[in-house]
Amino acid sequence: MTTLQRFRTPLLDPTQDRPEGLRGAAGAPADTRYDVYRNNVTHSLIAALHSAFPLVLKVLGTQNFDRLAPAYVRAHPPTSPLMMHYGADFPDFLAAQPQLSKMGYLPDCARLDLALRRSYHAADSAPFDLETFQQLTPEEMMQTQLIPAPATVLLRSSWPLFDIWRFNMQADAPKPQMQAQDVLITRPEFDPAPHLLPPGGGDWFAALAEGATLDQAHDTALALVPDFDLGAALGLCFATGAFRAKNGG
Amino acid sequence: MPDGTARFATLPASPGVGYKPQHFKDLQDDPGPVQWIEIHAENYMGDGGRPLAQLRALSEKFALSVHGVGLSIGGEMPLDRDHLARLKKLCDWAKPASFSEHLAWSTHESEFLNDLLPLPYTESTLSRVADHISQVQDTIGRQMLLENPSSYLAFDESTLSETDFLAELTHRTSCGLLLDVNNVFISAQNLGLAPRDYIDAYPVDAVGELHVGGHEEDSVGFNQPLLIDSHSRPVVDPVWDLLAYTLDRTGPKPVLVEWDNDVPDWPTLRTEAERAADVLTR
Repeated sequence: MTTLQRFRTPLLDPTQDRPEGLRGAAGAPADTRYDVYRNNVTHSLIAALHSAFPLVLKVLGTQNFDRLAPAYVRAHPPTSPLMMHYGADFPDFLAAQPQLSKMGYLPDCARLDLALRRSYHAADSAPFDLETFQQLTPEEMMQTQLIPAPATVLLRSSWPLFDIWRFNMQADAPKPQMQAQDVLITRPEFDPAPHLLPPGGGDWFAALAEGATLDQAHDTALALVPDFDLGAALGLCFATGAFRAKNGG
Repeated sequence: MPDGTARFATLPASPGVGYKPQHFKDLQDDPGPVQWIEIHAENYMGDGGRPLAQLRALSEKFALSVHGVGLSIGGEMPLDRDHLARLKKLCDWAKPASFSEHLAWSTHESEFLNDLLPLPYTESTLSRVADHISQVQDTIGRQMLLENPSSYLAFDESTLSETDFLAELTHRTSCGLLLDVNNVFISAQNLGLAPRDYIDAYPVDAVGELHVGGHEEDSVGFNQPLLIDSHSRPVVDPVWDLLAYTLDRTGPKPVLVEWDNDVPDWPTLRTEAERAADVLTR
């Protein structure tokens, strides 16, 4: 083992002995000085999780969050110096914690946090605007492919994910009632925000994102949700800059 | 910058601050003596959004220093080529007046440990770090500055002093140096050395930039309080004095105030920059 390998092994494993060959002031043994690095690594990664997962932090509370976080950062240290991407497998980690089994919605909360961060750092794009779209004939409209902006992210949840987000992050929001919800994250300028899609909206938007025409995506949604409200879904998307361009039509 | 020109080719010998997004407006409206900013490279490696838009706006008014914290120059593994490519892309786009990194390691195999970890100062570390610095300079096409670490311990196997180690690196690679005066103060206290001896032995001709920052004391479990490089407080008087002592040797240099944790409001940080300006004109 090399010196750095010996230094690395106990960093994220408090059960391992501190490495040998280290010293402190005036040649004295290093003793607990090594623990400064242990603390720095663990605490910096937990701090990164705090800022990366604000909804999970709010739902769990800091104390509960910090009881879980050391196990996560020790088992899943970052694999890239781009800390903006850290925590991709945090939802799966949460899903696997037996003590969280009654909070089945928590992994989706973490996915929402991840999606908001992804949107925040996504490439810029000018929105495809409603006026241009409205210059098309109704037939042309239905034959267009609407292309999502790079910062637009669809999240489909079997939990009332949008309501959970709103209840925890906004004042005076109603208590979530059990239902599946599809959430669309858009970033009109620099601040990503989640929006609630109407029932069937998740299937509709997923079809658009895969290149379906508006007509095809509409049919997909109608087959699953007969009263799918295309006007509401389109209105939300145009109002929040969800598309960057169109093809065809 | 999008227009492809570098507005500021060098960092001025004046105060700069470590840039925090919450200071975006204040920094432009009321910069005080601040003429340049330093960013952590890895925070500006997304594809777009606010970070890059702010950087674009700020580089119209301020000279820019790009400071990497993730390259793991001291690591035993080959440098991460993807990360080097990202650094080159950022430098080609932002055209900073300066690029710097740390004498430290942070990556081990596939893991990034998000801390600046210490190195033994040996011949084998020296040749490895020199090779990595040359690779960085060749890839990004510019000289880099290398920053001295804050140390909490030393390695028995070290055979070179930190100052000799750094001097030899500048000879082998023609890199410049970023002299962090707070780190000198911390390391000296923690390892029982005299900070001015370090400055006296330091290869000052290679210095392109100075850092000052705040630190904390950890007295739990140690005979003598250990100083922790927290960047979470004002710079203490002995570090300002050491900066003055250092500037006597280096001549006027760009001086950065670092404050990365518990980031204060702008007037507090600007006051620190004013203090740096005072020391620079002493």
